[in-house]
Amino acid sequence: MAKMTMVQALNLALQQEMGNDDSVILLGEDVGVDGGVFRVTDALIDQFGDERVLDTPLAESAIVGMSIGMAVYGLKPVCEIQFSGFSYQNFHQIENHAARFRWRSQGRYNVPMVMRTPYGGGVRALEHHSESREVYWAHTPGLKMVIPSGPRNARALLVSAIRDPDPVIFYEPKAIYRAFREEVPEKEEVIPIGKSQIVREGQDLTLIAYGAMMRPTLEAAVTLKEKHGVEAEVIDLLTIAPLDDELFVQSVLKTGRAVVVHEAPRSFGAGAEIITRLMEKAFYYLEAPIERVTGFDIIMPLFSREKAYLPDAQRIVRAANKVMSV
Amino acid sequence: MPRNEINIPDKVEYISILNEDGELDKALEPEIPEEFLLRLYRTMYLARKFDERLLSLQRQGRIGTFPPISGQEAAHLGAAAALLPADWFVPAFRETAAEIWRGRSLESVILYNNGFNEGVGIPEDSNDLPISVPVGSQILHAVGLAWAARYRQTDAVAMAFFGDGATSEGDFHEGLNFASVFQAPAIFLCQNNHWAISYPRSKQTRSKTLAQKALAYGMPGIQVDGNDILAVYAAAREAVDRARSGGGPTLIECVTYRMAVHTTADDPKRYRSEEEVEQWKKRDPIARFQNYLIDKGVLSEDKITGLDSKIGKEIQSAIDRSEEQMKSLGNPIDMFEHTYAEIPPYLKEQKEAFARELAEKGKEEDHG
Repeated sequence: MAKMTMVQALNLALQQEMGNDDSVILLGEDVGVDGGVFRVTDALIDQFGDERVLDTPLAESAIVGMSIGMAVYGLKPVCEIQFSGFSYQNFHQIENHAARFRWRSQGRYNVPMVMRTPYGGGVRALEHHSESREVYWAHTPGLKMVIPSGPRNARALLVSAIRDPDPVIFYEPKAIYRAFREEVPEKEEVIPIGKSQIVREGQDLTLIAYGAMMRPTLEAAVTLKEKHGVEAEVIDLLTIAPLDDELFVQSVLKTGRAVVVHEAPRSFGAGAEIITRLMEKAFYYLEAPIERVTGFDIIMPLFSREKAYLPDAQRIVRAANKVMSV
Repeated sequence: MPRNEINIPDKVEYISILNEDGELDKALEPEIPEEFLLRLYRTMYLARKFDERLLSLQRQGRIGTFPPISGQEAAHLGAAAALLPADWFVPAFRETAAEIWRGRSLESVILYNNGFNEGVGIPEDSNDLPISVPVGSQILHAVGLAWAARYRQTDAVAMAFFGDGATSEGDFHEGLNFASVFQAPAIFLCQNNHWAISYPRSKQTRSKTLAQKALAYGMPGIQVDGNDILAVYAAAREAVDRARSGGGPTLIECVTYRMAVHTTADDPKRYRSEEEVEQWKKRDPIARFQNYLIDKGVLSEDKITGLDSKIGKEIQSAIDRSEEQMKSLGNPIDMFEHTYAEIPPYLKEQKEAFARELAEKGKEEDHG
């Protein structure tokens, strides 16, 4: 096994899937010769040629709309939108068409495409380069919304996303693209879409997070144990939609307490849905009101203030202690 | 520094083959077998009669709102007639005559216009897309389909339909640009019917023609008398042949007119004059084609009378069949179908809860 960054692991997933299946086509801005601005598609054009790795003109709607046509034909396009902040220029193609073709054609056509895009703060970038708007997609029937949290699960989830018969929005937490390495097996590995994972076991409290927020959440779990004697169970959602409520509901039935963490704005965020499911399925087991640690309901600040905006371990520990104090 | 003219060698042609009286420009007459000509005529005639019947059904409250096609039969049918069955047909929502030509049943149109999406179910052996409502957005799908057809080394092409209003949408420009950059075997068929609901073609763009917009993207653009089916067919045939043989995409502007309402929810008296509509009546595509066929000796008044009665029966039986079919389509639980390949757990829970609600409602009604 090789130690890889998330960028390298995603590249491995693309390279292997392209090798396995000639219906996998990459397209997007700078994905070919340049290998993507974050180098996720590095050197794939050398191996597969410009018929399989398409550098496109600068137009998000066309990148996605063309992908939809390819997918309806039966290919498996994986398109890259350079930053999620620019994906609103193709929002209508995903909402009006990618998500609906199966339904509209009564099952005759499906759209097995993946829209990969980096999201989230923490890289000191310009406006539109740092936000988290996963719920736009998660709120759209017909779509799947996936967010990995590390190199190994990123690779395994991207393979599943490419093979999925429905359109998958694949958000890549750019803050951790190169932040750490993990062992990633050369041999094929998949994680089913729609399944979350317990990444740390505990019985006092359940912490639910995903994407780049997994690191501060796990850090908080360590602090909670070491400084406060609290054993937190940590759940990595991995898929935002369709949301796997089984695992976190089981966990809260055991712990009776929960904190949900996301960097996206607070109101109507994934936390609102997670907490509602807990109200529906675990209400009588709750020992304390559920807390959420989230971004604020403001425009993502420019980078001089983004650290203040983003949830960190300290903020998560504070919320956990509040929940534990009831 | 000099200030020189850049020589852009492109031009836009206009084609018309049949004039308003159905008189022919012999030199331009395309070679079309008689049987094919009669099939075209029959489809136009059927589509017109069907359109009129749908309008009356809508006024009686027997179907919902729909977009009539009257006046535009030649523009979309003439283009679709240049396609082979394996080609990709990418409609907007005002191409009913072309859809009928491609094999869509009349009852499916009625079902759809009655709020059942079963009506746009596409048969397994068809390469037609369901109608697309968001204006211009489907243009990009034709680019992807065309690209994919070439990638798979087939000789299929894709033809996207849209109106004059769509040429103001970003997706039109992005689509033409991508198609040209990738030399996708695509044909962009604009039905310029002069009105985007209440907004006239003259205000939609300051360009003299819509066809010339192709030139900016490095592809041929041609303007056609869209009420002349021979001209539309000839232009489409040329574009399809070019795309099929690797020559890249074409934009065709069919100059036509929407004789009826935008949809049945619209009142055109608010924005256009009766005189204008009267002017266009004289250019009716069916009358013009009919005169041509009679002059050619392949059609007669007798044949038209016979056809009229056959088509009347065909439409009536489609209405009867669709009304019969709708009786078995009432179950609202079916709305959960086809959202995903496999229904996710929480959606399954919602569906089951809804099924229980339906059952309880049924019981209450039985006892009520």
